[in-house]
Amino acid sequence: MHEGLLVNLTVFLTRIAEFIFGNIFIAQLFIVLLEIVVIFAVISLAVIIQVYMERRICGLIQDRFGPNRVGPFGLLQTVADMIKLMSKEDIVPAKAEKLLWGITPMLLFIPAALVYAVFPFDNGVIFADIGIGIFFVIAVMSQGVLLFLLGGYASENKYSFMGAMRAVAQMLSSEIPIAFSILAIVMMTGSLRMSDIVSAQSGIWFIAVQPLAFIIFIIAMLMETNRTPFDLVEGEAEIIAGPFTEYSGMRWALFFLAEYTNLLAAAILTVTLFLGGWQGPFLPGISWFILKVFAVIFVFMWIRWTFPRTRIDQMMALSWKVLLPLALFNIMATGIGIYIYKWIY
Amino acid sequence: MKRRYMGRDKLYTLKKDFPTDIDFDDAAENPSLIIRSLPYFPKIMHSLNTQHKFDMLSNITAVDYDDYFEVVYDLTSRINSEELMVKVPLAKASPALETMTALWPEADFHEREQYDLMGIIFLHHPNLQRILLPDDFIGYPLQKSYRQAEKEGENG
Amino acid sequence: MIKTETYQLSMGPVHPSTHGVLQVLLTLDGEKVVDSVPCMGYLHRGIEKLMEARTYFQCLPYTDRLDYVSAMNNNFSYCHAVEKLAAIDIPEKAQYLRVIMAELNRIASHMIFIGSLAVDIGATTGMIYPFRDRERILDIFNELCGARMTYSYIRIGGVRSDLSSAIVDMINKFLADLPSMLDEYNNLLTGNEIFQHRLKGTSLLSGEQARRLGITGPMLRASGIDYDLRKDNTYSSYDNFEFSVPLGKNGDNWDRYIVRVKEISESAKIIRQALDGIPDGQITAKVPKVLRPPKGEIYDTTEGPRGEVGYHIVSDGSAKPYRIHIRRPSFINLQALNILCKGYLVGDVVVAMSTIDPILGEVDC
Repeated sequence: MHEGLLVNLTVFLTRIAEFIFGNIFIAQLFIVLLEIVVIFAVISLAVIIQVYMERRICGLIQDRFGPNRVGPFGLLQTVADMIKLMSKEDIVPAKAEKLLWGITPMLLFIPAALVYAVFPFDNGVIFADIGIGIFFVIAVMSQGVLLFLLGGYASENKYSFMGAMRAVAQMLSSEIPIAFSILAIVMMTGSLRMSDIVSAQSGIWFIAVQPLAFIIFIIAMLMETNRTPFDLVEGEAEIIAGPFTEYSGMRWALFFLAEYTNLLAAAILTVTLFLGGWQGPFLPGISWFILKVFAVIFVFMWIRWTFPRTRIDQMMALSWKVLLPLALFNIMATGIGIYIYKWIY
Repeated sequence: MKRRYMGRDKLYTLKKDFPTDIDFDDAAENPSLIIRSLPYFPKIMHSLNTQHKFDMLSNITAVDYDDYFEVVYDLTSRINSEELMVKVPLAKASPALETMTALWPEADFHEREQYDLMGIIFLHHPNLQRILLPDDFIGYPLQKSYRQAEKEGENG
Repeated sequence: MIKTETYQLSMGPVHPSTHGVLQVLLTLDGEKVVDSVPCMGYLHRGIEKLMEARTYFQCLPYTDRLDYVSAMNNNFSYCHAVEKLAAIDIPEKAQYLRVIMAELNRIASHMIFIGSLAVDIGATTGMIYPFRDRERILDIFNELCGARMTYSYIRIGGVRSDLSSAIVDMINKFLADLPSMLDEYNNLLTGNEIFQHRLKGTSLLSGEQARRLGITGPMLRASGIDYDLRKDNTYSSYDNFEFSVPLGKNGDNWDRYIVRVKEISESAKIIRQALDGIPDGQITAKVPKVLRPPKGEIYDTTEGPRGEVGYHIVSDGSAKPYRIHIRRPSFINLQALNILCKGYLVGDVVVAMSTIDPILGEVDC
């Protein structure tokens, strides 16, 4: 396997920095900061692309055009929207807990962006290839719900609070099937490290070996990212916008940003765990990675614009009564499979 | 199938039961039942509901005539395929009569609407409050004496 | 000691799924509905009072603005009542045209119902398709009378204009495409498992309850009671056409949905028969320029898409009605809201509200 282009670039930049600063430690620190800036830029760009994609795909599915006026093919629509959101009046509800209410959208971005630290974008391109990679992802991703709860609570609005309560219930229902479906994969690779999981799929992708885990994972991931058919936290027909009801302008845009950052993370996680990560023939790893991630995002969007919303009790029933037992069964089946495999060879 | 107006023979039987309390115009093609005595009004309606099988209170209207109010009940019998118009004249000073919500639960909103817009009071109604207008609205706009906004006043 | 208590939630008048400006005061225990009270009047324009100051002809446009998604049916009902009061005979051809337009409008109205139900359940795409197809009916009406929503096409004495061959073609083409449209809805919504789970067995309304609450229209028929004024008190030229009245069994949301979907096909059947059998003749009767119906009183009902539309008109012999009272089916049907919501979840409230299908212009009058 060739070392990725980006790895060489990092090495090259580190050399230059070392030359400028004359100290390897400061140079590395500088590179880490640069990487953080880059990842934020990548996330922002990806969000803009996703928003545009979502609206065009939605238009396609709904037999209409979608944005096509601002810039070529409407590509600048999201930028225009962002400018509009930034220039909007900042409305703070009179009865809200101002401090909590204010910091929630800012904090929300942290867990959403933190998981990107352990994603392998290409061969060797990973910010922190820690030994507990997948565990870290599960642990950090679920932190977002605390901020939903905080925002819903601090808004002093019944709709927001109901949304917050739903967010907690939904997170609990989705995290456990996710963890148990991933466990089957961890059993097969014998490692929690993300790069190990990717390289274990060099022969065959885990989607072929673990189809049940894949289905459970996708469904639970839809719950985790609050997208239709499980967009109960927003549930606009019922509770207006859930925890974001009282947020407008830039604060709302931050919620929006976090939502799409989570969607991207979900897609990356799916690709890494089940679709072979950055691996693929002919093209460089990073292009395979981007291709696969956007294919998964397309599927998520396709689902969103086709299905109706479930009810809260139906979502919980699905999670606890169907997905969790299936995931447990899958773990057992995987264990037996591994045992037989070892016994044969 | 076409719905008929309540037959004259049935009106006569009803008249026999309540000789002084009800009235109808014998010359008219489809005579509406006029209830003259308020105390007997619930009883008459009850008999219409049970004996004559008027299972649907399609509509309640109140009309503001020069010297009296008139509450009009448009009854429909889905069973016999009949209809009947029942009129109850009320004095201007005290436009009040018994509610029909016990016999026809659907009368609830109808009666609230007439109370709201015409000021007819339906006694023993479970929740006689304004329904279309705001709670602090003063006056009953459908009464002829109610002054409309100036622009609407004279034009036709 | 920890205990739970109920709380009040005011849903509306500004809320994404109240179909206008309906406010529902919910008493909730967690997400479970303990009590729900509809509060209306935010769109009250005093139409009944306005009508008293206008001649019978001038009243007609107001009826457009009652149930604004099925204005034809309101025109129809009003004209029918006035004609009965003034004893005007309508030419047979006008009767046919009226039926065609009223049924087309019924289809359009039911399409709105499907669309708004879909969006209340969260299927945004399910909304777009019926609305797109409804646009074709509006185009037909636009061609016919120059208005998309407020037609005033059905006039006292007949109808405003004759069908041109272009309109007949449009209607025929629409009817030919209708089955494929319905297939599309069925593929997207009716067959969807989540959609079925949301609708089946929720918000039950038994036939007895519906009857006692004076519910009319598809909602009553969904509860299994066969009562359709087009059959049970046939008016205009409806007795010339073959059509059946779809009925539900359980009176749940699902039945209310299915009954309306089936009614679309039945309406199409009526339109097809009426188009084939339009007789020759006048499209309006001779109506005096100033209509002065004889002194008297009339209550007349017709079957609108939401139920029984009734006009109670009191005439004092002058050119203006002395009093008009309108029985608006949505208004009465809303009385069932509490029964439909009690004991279910907040998510079911919007669905129940959607399957009652109230139009607030009509509710608030």
